[in-house]
Amino acid sequence: MNKLNFLQPDKNNFNTYLYTGVILVALSIFIVFLNSFFNKDIISFLPGSISFFLPLILGFIGLHLIRIDYSGLKFLDAINKNINTNNFNAFLSLLIVFVVIKSLPPLLSWFILDANIAGDSKDVCTGTGACWTYIKIWFNRFMYGMYPNAEQWRINLSFIALAFLGTIGFFATEKFKKYLTLYYVAVYPVIAFFFIFFFISGGPIFFDFSYGIIAAVISIIIGFFIPSKFKMYYFIIVPITLYILLKYVFFYEELIELGKLESLEWVETGAWGGLSLTFIVSFFCLIFCFPIGLFLSLGRRSDFPIIKYFSIGMIEFWRGVPLITVLFMSSVMFPMFLPEDMFIDKLVRVIIAISLFEAAYVAEVIRGGLQALPRGQYDAAKSLGMGYWKMHILVILPQALKLVIPGIANTFLALVKDTPLIFVVGLLEIVGMLNLAKTNPEWLGFAMEGYVFASVLFFIICYAMSKYSYNLEQKYKTER
Amino acid sequence: MSDKIIQITEMNKWFGDFQVLKNINLEVEKNKKIVVCGPSGSGKSTLIRCINRLEEHQQGSIIVDGNELTEDTKDIEKIRAEVGMVFQQFNLFPHLSILDNCTLAPIWVKKMPKKNAEELALQHLEKVQIADQASKYPGQLSGGQQQRCAIARALCMEPKIMLFDEPTSALDPEMIKEVLDAMVNLAKAGMTMIVVTHEMGFAKEVADEVIFMDEGMIVERAETKEFFAHPKSDRTKLFLSQIL
Ligand SMILES: Nc1ncnc2c1ncn2[C@@H]1O[C@H](COP(=O)(O)OP(=O)(O)OP(=O)(O)O)[C@@H](O)[C@H]1O
Ligand SMILES: [Mg+2]
Repeated sequence: MNKLNFLQPDKNNFNTYLYTGVILVALSIFIVFLNSFFNKDIISFLPGSISFFLPLILGFIGLHLIRIDYSGLKFLDAINKNINTNNFNAFLSLLIVFVVIKSLPPLLSWFILDANIAGDSKDVCTGTGACWTYIKIWFNRFMYGMYPNAEQWRINLSFIALAFLGTIGFFATEKFKKYLTLYYVAVYPVIAFFFIFFFISGGPIFFDFSYGIIAAVISIIIGFFIPSKFKMYYFIIVPITLYILLKYVFFYEELIELGKLESLEWVETGAWGGLSLTFIVSFFCLIFCFPIGLFLSLGRRSDFPIIKYFSIGMIEFWRGVPLITVLFMSSVMFPMFLPEDMFIDKLVRVIIAISLFEAAYVAEVIRGGLQALPRGQYDAAKSLGMGYWKMHILVILPQALKLVIPGIANTFLALVKDTPLIFVVGLLEIVGMLNLAKTNPEWLGFAMEGYVFASVLFFIICYAMSKYSYNLEQKYKTER
Repeated sequence: MSDKIIQITEMNKWFGDFQVLKNINLEVEKNKKIVVCGPSGSGKSTLIRCINRLEEHQQGSIIVDGNELTEDTKDIEKIRAEVGMVFQQFNLFPHLSILDNCTLAPIWVKKMPKKNAEELALQHLEKVQIADQASKYPGQLSGGQQQRCAIARALCMEPKIMLFDEPTSALDPEMIKEVLDAMVNLAKAGMTMIVVTHEMGFAKEVADEVIFMDEGMIVERAETKEFFAHPKSDRTKLFLSQIL
């Protein structure tokens, strides 16, 4: 048998080291575990400070003994490589494991063991744990705000439809792949707007379906005789012209009545709220702030003084004021500058305000990417005869935007987490609803549950976005 | 019609207070190959960058293929499309494959159908012998291959003039030859070329004339043989003695 050198474990007495080490580590974890879950201190016979540090010391020695390079055991190698590379890391790893074990019981008891979810009044919540009954009862409000219960299917339907339309990219065949960007940038937001305007809001329907159908049928029939070269232009121009002609020249009351669709019951935006409002506000702000930010960042580097100083002014102004004042001004000051009879919905104003605010940040992030590109890229593009727009769209922006995906994701996450601030204009998304609910005299004292609930939801949303941005980054990664 | 495709007269250029180019007069006839040499900082790059207006000159005139380059030249892009340029640092577009690098400008600037552009690109890539790398990305190629791709990319625009700015000086010695070979072939095919380079072997082989620049001035301009056999100015002699 080889000599044992406990200061320098090696492969010679592999098993001895391994068993001693594992036993020591297991023992240390066991002590902490008993202490934390069963409140038993089996080493209390030792003097105070030693009994306090003993698990750490035991575990530390144990980890030292099992730190054997290339042991051949996959699991052991993985541990050594990841959490046990040297004494300092071993110490930190132990500390983290102990803290987790220590904090598990109180967390478990609050979240699950002592929590209540049954019943439908606060009386059932007698335990020391969380009162999930509160969330259950208010769930509907947290999701939909003050949106009338009977109409909530409209929100569900819209969101399901939009979610489905949003995933279309995964199913697109090769032939349609090249139109996907166009779809997501131009078509999808418009569809989303229509859903929200007609379904969720119940906006008036301007379209006369009877004329629409007639125009469509006529243009399809004539369409058969149009050479395929012009078909695209034909189908863009003719149906719309026909429809307008029918509507304003050939006016026939009964035909209109025949095809009339009743619009849904109007639900004013003040009643919207909860998580669905978080989604709506975030979605539109994300969609608007990106192109605005893009143009501002290009404008800031422009050679034309007017464009340049306008962009700098915009960026510095919006970056310089707190969002909460921007929102406040959008609802209080902005209407004063509008003509008397003009009215812009509160929600629309809020979306514009947040979009402009975040656009300033997006602009600076993108500018960082533009500046990171070597001048040679501009030279090469110019020398091939590309003008400003071709150069930017084909060469500069694809590279710059790829570089700034993490920065943009950062800004977007901040945007989503900024949405609760719209409470200052009286719009209550999920956090706003929580604040409302916690002041309800029937349900005083459950703020904690509410905030935990909202945190979990926000975390899920933000984590998903973050993951998605990481995927994008990987997808567009090319060697430089 | 004169067959002078580039005509530079009395041209001066400043960077701020610093005069980089002083009283440049240069005429280049069609199909001629000119090599420009000179010490570092003498303004060689600036001179050829002025020819496709990547740099603006302040005085004098530059006429390229009958179009004068001024501040209000409307179609500077059209002129640039006729003047190909190859850079010291290759400047390929790293986000596009080699093939896409070559077809990008023909498709979007010249409005060539994609299929034709790809055929053309493959032809030119074949000429510089990297057609087999067409689907790779620039980052996956060696320096010599990248520079040959850059040459092919410029050729795909079917330019009338090719400008080279020290195309081999960022390359390892063993890759220099493959790039020079591509350039020699191009010269033999009759392209008008202005080449900034320190490769005197290349100059002797293909150049019709050699220009020596120093401190922003054209110090000497002579037929290639004459230039190397009987350099007139002392500065040229000194430079040649250092470089050969
Ligand atoms: N954008 C610029 N701004 C200010 N000065 C510049 C700029 N570009 C070049 N210069 C200066 O102009 C002079 C000529 O530069 P240029 O690049 O034309 O020299 P070169 O002959 O090509 O040198 P090299 O052989 O090192 O490439 C140098 O002194 C350089 O510092
Ligand atoms: Mg140079």
